[in-house]
Amino acid sequence: MTHAPRTLVQKIWDAHRIVTRNGADLLFVDRHLLHEGSHHAFDKIAAAGRPVRHPELTFGVADHYAPSAPERATEATVTMIERLSRNTARHAIESFDIGDTRRGIVHVAMPEQGLTLPGTIIVCGDSHTATHGAFGAFAFGIGASEVAHVLATQGLWQKQPPMMRITVEGALPAGTTAKDLALHIIGTIGTGGATGHAVEYAGAAIRALSMEARMTLCNMTIEMGARSGIVPPDEVTFAWLDGRPMAPAGAERARALEAWAALRSDPGATYAREVGIDAAHVAPMVTWGTSPEHVAPVTGRVPDTQPEALDYMGLTAGAPVDGIEIQRAFIGSCTNGRYSDLLAAAAVLKGRQVAVPLLVSPGSEAVARRAEETGLAGIFRAAGAEWGASGCSLCVSMNGDRVAPGERCASTSNRNFRGRQGPGARTHLMSPAMVAAAAVTGRVTDVRALPRADLSALEETAA
Amino acid sequence: MTPFTTVTGPGAALPRDNVDTDQLIPARFMKRSRTEGYGDQLLHDLRFDPEGRPRPDFPLNRLPAPPALLVAGANFGCGSSREAAVYALWDHGIRTVVASGFADIFRNNAARNGLLTVALPEAERATLCAWLEAHPGAETHVDLEAQRIEAERLAPIAFDIDPQVKRRLLLGLDELSETLEEEESIARFEAAYLAATPWALPRTTAR
Ligand code: SF4
Repeated sequence: MTHAPRTLVQKIWDAHRIVTRNGADLLFVDRHLLHEGSHHAFDKIAAAGRPVRHPELTFGVADHYAPSAPERATEATVTMIERLSRNTARHAIESFDIGDTRRGIVHVAMPEQGLTLPGTIIVCGDSHTATHGAFGAFAFGIGASEVAHVLATQGLWQKQPPMMRITVEGALPAGTTAKDLALHIIGTIGTGGATGHAVEYAGAAIRALSMEARMTLCNMTIEMGARSGIVPPDEVTFAWLDGRPMAPAGAERARALEAWAALRSDPGATYAREVGIDAAHVAPMVTWGTSPEHVAPVTGRVPDTQPEALDYMGLTAGAPVDGIEIQRAFIGSCTNGRYSDLLAAAAVLKGRQVAVPLLVSPGSEAVARRAEETGLAGIFRAAGAEWGASGCSLCVSMNGDRVAPGERCASTSNRNFRGRQGPGARTHLMSPAMVAAAAVTGRVTDVRALPRADLSALEETAA
Repeated sequence: MTPFTTVTGPGAALPRDNVDTDQLIPARFMKRSRTEGYGDQLLHDLRFDPEGRPRPDFPLNRLPAPPALLVAGANFGCGSSREAAVYALWDHGIRTVVASGFADIFRNNAARNGLLTVALPEAERATLCAWLEAHPGAETHVDLEAQRIEAERLAPIAFDIDPQVKRRLLLGLDELSETLEEEESIARFEAAYLAATPWALPRTTAR
């Protein structure tokens, strides 16, 4: 059978189409990931009297409400975590609950376990599901009604989204990361710049990214309004997956590798939108407002275009970004809570002391364990940071962590919305190294100006 | 799902872009069950000050009655996938949201809960928004079958809608029961797919 040239997403789509009705396709879902927010969906299937069709393709994890310290547990966190265990147990769904060594933020822990595979369709009731596209999966966030629908049918009705390609050529300058690249793209095309599109990343700068960096970039793709982000899988992907507990092994891995090698867009495939980015133009980025598109290079100034946002943030138009005082710092989240993120921050912290409270919440128990083993956790503690338990923590104020009203927090998370880190909290998004720099100086600081320790000895060896 | 045919009721303007889901329903309220209702928490931190008093200058606090139609700016509903953002609008009495654009997941969630989202070209959106800003709570009338919005003394506004979404809204159709009619196709697909791609199963639970 010959096809018109197709994009990678279109190929995955075609391989998962069950039926087409009234212009929509019913797609088969390979992995359905759940967290505490799934309670509405379980209520819905209970009301409809439906069982879970494929519990063995469904995995739960406690992350959003996992407290970063035992004393921050509240009635809400306990209730929500218990509800997840109860709902998953009732339907024989495997769930990584508190105490499980595999637990972590859903978009960190599931890839670590080898549940995220190229060529698959992955859904989760969480917008940052786009993260899994880093592996060449078509992955997207869904709402509670859709979660219920997938639980009951393992399928989802979808209209094919328009395709968009973002090509990043060149190389990222020293001191910049995938986080800066993502913020740079969002600053360029806006938070509505990719609305509803399936974004595919291409170009030399993308191929040069590690798996962790690809996850950071795909994660932030949702902040451009996209439905999904995808990086065509390559040797970097295949090596990363080798030996992961639930990834294919032996003869099955050989078959998988054969299938995965075909996962690229055809020459001549068409995109509704194309954007070109020169990686050389990326600088360490800092958000100054209440939307991820309110972003500037650390060398820039606060513009005068968003008076309401500036009022909320307590900033004056024209002020230099470098030097904005902060009262708190946070390193973690599904964007930047991986081992390599912590390593980049530790290189700044080593031999220094924090000037403001810094909370570190590793992206998963595995990341936390590894950081203890290599001594990375010790660097954070020696610098005076709090080394918290793994979870969504200060990325979202629903688990006992929050930034006080009016306080300014340098954060590695992905959203600087009003109130995201607590009512009245002011969030400045940046990379892990930039947050570490801000934490030791007490103000937004260009990390490129700070001498950093060489921690290459602690680098993660391939899995 | 409640069918949407025509809705008449007060209109309100919320003239801002990027009304995100954290504003629509702050995360700390999301542990509620659906039956407890989310209407009082809609836009909570914009409507109320830290002491819980209504902010007098916030548009929704200047209405004689809760609105049935809300007009906002660009990129409405961006942010998280929380369906509670739709529940909050619905429980507050809102049946139609007009904006110049919507976030993808929000729009999907709305359609599955009977909430009509109308994306209008900027000029028409701005006219309606300005009218409702000047006349908070003015009566509006939405006719889904005719794809038309009317507001007192404004020319009727026609809108586009995905035919599938329209059909489901008009009939109040539940998607799940429609899918269950596809049982045979699903079973046939699954058997073929899982045989062809055994590696796609999680290893420890592979059958
Ligand atoms: S870390 Fe933040 S963005 Fe990621 S899943 Fe948790 S709450 Fe969502």
